[in-house]
Amino acid sequence: MDKVMRLTTERGVVLFSKSSCCLCYAVKILFQELGVTPTIHEIDQDPEGREMERALMRLGCKAPVPAVFIGGKLVGSTNEVMSLHLGGGLIPLLRPYQAFC
Amino acid sequence: MPFSNLPLLVYIYQIWEEEGIEAIETWNVGEQQELEGDEESKLSIALDINSTCAKVAFFIISKSMNSPTPQFVPSRLGIYEPIHQIGIWGENFKSNGNPNTSTSVIVEVDNKLENESETTSHEMLTASNTYEQEASKPIDKIQRRLAQNREAARKSRLRKKAYVQQLENSRLKLIQLEQELQRARQQGLYMGGVLEGSHIGFSGTVNSGIAAFEMEYGRWVDVQHRQICELRTTLNAHISDIELRILVESGIGHYFELFRMKSTVAKADVFYVISGVWKTSAERFFSWIGGFRPSELLKVLVPQLDPLTEQQILEVCNLKQSCQQAEDALSQGMEKLQETVSSTVAGGPVDEVSYIPQVATAMEKLEALVSFVNQADHLRQETLQQMSRILTTRQAARGLLALGEYFHRLRALSTLWATRPPEPSLP
Repeated sequence: MDKVMRLTTERGVVLFSKSSCCLCYAVKILFQELGVTPTIHEIDQDPEGREMERALMRLGCKAPVPAVFIGGKLVGSTNEVMSLHLGGGLIPLLRPYQAFC
Repeated sequence: MPFSNLPLLVYIYQIWEEEGIEAIETWNVGEQQELEGDEESKLSIALDINSTCAKVAFFIISKSMNSPTPQFVPSRLGIYEPIHQIGIWGENFKSNGNPNTSTSVIVEVDNKLENESETTSHEMLTASNTYEQEASKPIDKIQRRLAQNREAARKSRLRKKAYVQQLENSRLKLIQLEQELQRARQQGLYMGGVLEGSHIGFSGTVNSGIAAFEMEYGRWVDVQHRQICELRTTLNAHISDIELRILVESGIGHYFELFRMKSTVAKADVFYVISGVWKTSAERFFSWIGGFRPSELLKVLVPQLDPLTEQQILEVCNLKQSCQQAEDALSQGMEKLQETVSSTVAGGPVDEVSYIPQVATAMEKLEALVSFVNQADHLRQETLQQMSRILTTRQAARGLLALGEYFHRLRALSTLWATRPPEPSLP
């Protein structure tokens, strides 16, 4: 839990993912399109992965991955990210972290 | 036949709402008319019954020249016994409170009636108990009445012919649709069976989930159709925004209902949902992860919504863009999933007989497909919701109408395509 909390307080966009998860891949693609490079933590490649998964669930994520935090606050999973984006609320949140090459 | 030796006694009632009333108003019950000896063609006589009965039997009778005595033949309309008819007719009259009703019935029909087709659902004749001649009516008035009734009879013959033709066409159409449905169903079950081939134990559950969905979906389409028709008439009728809002809410809710249904059946068999066999062929052509593309939805809706305010145009533009981005992301995720499953299934040495590990691993990965279908439906739902937020009630109603009509037309296209004449086979 500590590790997760520490990681989420990192500045910017944090994405908890699994390398095998294709839905996580879709979220990564979306951020890429929006000009954002999130800090990605592949919890299936982390020795403490199991714990992190449990911690994420406890934080309120229905599925442990993908889990998106922006500026330390939990945005949610794919559902929430998509809803936010279609509602026009995602881009304002990402603006400080956008970098278009 | 109790009445067969009596002279022709024919009493025909016709009250055909548009035409017949004037023709019969001056005739009283109990009137009797002898047919002219050389009257070979159809003849109809109508009598007035000064009652409030709206419709009664309509008969065409004809008297063959060659038979001196009236023939009594059962008509195709089902009158076989005058006694029986007396009972029915009497009751009918009782309920109308007509004091002039007679209690005996005479039916004369000719064999020619078998081929005639004017009839309503009632087939009752009545006649007076007394067969007294009525001497006071002038002849030409009678002739005029007869002519009017001939005309009315002719018109109703034509009407019935047209109606029957229409029924026949509808019947054929129905048979075609049933056949198509049967084919599609079999296709669906087959695909479900083949894909779940190794899950012999589960196949019962899978099929029942699919069967339940198919039934529900059939009903869903019917309700959808009704809603569209209602929207159409309502939009033309200028009802209040509040009432229109109710229709809009229920229309959107109806789509949400579909997404719920799909979520349930996706758990039972995700391949069934993705394959789109539950949809018509033209709809399937546009299928994206088990349903319509959200961006497609916007393309269909937006042209129908003019005029939009500047603010609305901006918001719709943003929605289009974010929708497209989300769609692209999911599409690429799906591609990644395909690659993953494919490489898993193909992996491992092919000279080994056992492929179980590969297939088992691939199975795990396929679980993700359910999430993708749910996510795609979520995107569709969210798109609808956003549009509903951006638009006014009236615009939203027009949008729902446009969308519903679009899918309705795609379904019609599918039927048309399925019933097109077969191409001539090559020599």
